[in-house]
Amino acid sequence: MSGGDGEVAFFDNVGLRYGTGKEILTDVSFSLWPGSFYFLTGASGAGKTSLLKLLYLAQRPSRGIIRMFGSDVITLPRSRLPGFRRRLGVVFQDFRLVDHLSAFDNVALPLRIAGVDEGELVQPVSDMLEWVGLAHRAEARPETLSGGEKQRVAIARAVIGRPDMLLADEPTGNVDPEMALKLMRLFESLNRLGTTVIVATHDVHLLQNVRSSMIMRLDRGRLADPTGALRYPPRQNAATDGER
Amino acid sequence: MSKPPLSDAARSGQSSFDGDKARALIPQARLAGPMPWVLGIMVALTVLAAGAGLSLGNLVGDARTELSGGATIQILDADPASRAQQAQAAHEALQTMDIVAQSRLVPQDELDALLEPWLGESGDTETVPVPALIDVRLGGPADAQAIAALRERLADAAPDARVDAQSSWLQPVFKALASLQYLALALVLLLAVTSAAAVFLAARSALGNNRETIEIVHLLGGTDGQIAHLFQRAVMLDSILGGLGGLILGLVALLGLGYQFAALDSGMVASARLGWLDWILVGLIPILGVVLAVTTARYTVLSAVRKML
Repeated sequence: MSGGDGEVAFFDNVGLRYGTGKEILTDVSFSLWPGSFYFLTGASGAGKTSLLKLLYLAQRPSRGIIRMFGSDVITLPRSRLPGFRRRLGVVFQDFRLVDHLSAFDNVALPLRIAGVDEGELVQPVSDMLEWVGLAHRAEARPETLSGGEKQRVAIARAVIGRPDMLLADEPTGNVDPEMALKLMRLFESLNRLGTTVIVATHDVHLLQNVRSSMIMRLDRGRLADPTGALRYPPRQNAATDGER
Repeated sequence: MSKPPLSDAARSGQSSFDGDKARALIPQARLAGPMPWVLGIMVALTVLAAGAGLSLGNLVGDARTELSGGATIQILDADPASRAQQAQAAHEALQTMDIVAQSRLVPQDELDALLEPWLGESGDTETVPVPALIDVRLGGPADAQAIAALRERLADAAPDARVDAQSSWLQPVFKALASLQYLALALVLLLAVTSAAAVFLAARSALGNNRETIEIVHLLGGTDGQIAHLFQRAVMLDSILGGLGGLILGLVALLGLGYQFAALDSGMVASARLGWLDWILVGLIPILGVVLAVTTARYTVLSAVRKML
């Protein structure tokens, strides 16, 4: 078993069940290396969103070991978890935008929570909105945005803080193919800056767009890893990936 | 794409999240909501209850001080001549006692005037024997020991003398006033608990209405303290508004009542007025109300947020 040295995330025999129901995730073991790009695939109900919840620290597992950035997050005091969450960028499947805030304020929210001065965040937020093609909708509230626009605001919010790890749950589900490709390029550019990216998706076409990505396939709560490459990734390859 | 600024402080999870932008996260109804009004009414009632309690305290305190060293000696002898002789002897004996600071044999005219409402002008003291009275002021308090000493020392000079501490006459009144004071204190505590309960319910309701926003802030790395602070500030503004309104309302009512009681022109009521320290205590009520409301909101929100991972 690897001890979480250098990995962004390390899962060892992780199981998850809600209440007394059956296990949603069973014996999930893998290591995510810095600067790698992963696609998380699987049929509906396979446990993709549950696995992402464990990764973005919204859920504790029922069993197993989880290390994030070298720390055991299961035994970590609650008070230290916000510091870890600030190193993550999350694109939620249902966007989770704050309805009464403008697109600009939604994107700026992670920076404000992190205590960045107002004067310092205007430019990066404006740049980010421009990058996702929403500079003209900066003052629009989510209720006036289309599904695709909300998706782009959610992505802009997730990446604005240049997170160490980006988790995206079906990030291209509401955008046209051209925008989907553009968003994948954004994820790739972040990945090149050293961010580990995990994209949960049904869209098989996306998998072909990021050549050096690894695929994590969930099947009824179990992670398919026939070669053991996810659990025991070759360090050399992982490092090479990180240097892309 | 520009590189966003993310300081080391941001990574530690200890940075503050303040200002108008933070306020905008939790929309506030302010005066359109019930919170300032409920707190205003609570503060007004607390000001009234506290004012009444402090007034009663002053009244009892002044009366106790005035009566603490007082004793009354009655010569209970039906024979007027013997009564007068015992009264004089007792009065003379009192002059020699070191525990007595002052004594005064109440003149018959004064006694007649006191009894006139009941016995009429004729003052028929032959058929209705009226005891002779000596008003005594002791050097110390007229406690049981001092009264017993007086009785003992007067036993020879005035065997028919009855010695009573003046405060004992008003003991039932003091007890009744003390009960009212406790009632006022209980009312103040009850109002404080009710205010805290109102804030608790309002904070729970606000938490429910803003649950989605709180979860988002939580998942984006917001700390429990940051989330609690958002609500604390909203409650603080509401409670300042309510507290000031309630204080003004309570003071108007208190001054109105004071004016009405002052018109009675009674010595006892006059001693019930509030001193400057009392006014400071009354003025502290809205401040304590704000502290109570903010503390309640903080712990309500923290206990709810801590249920999240």
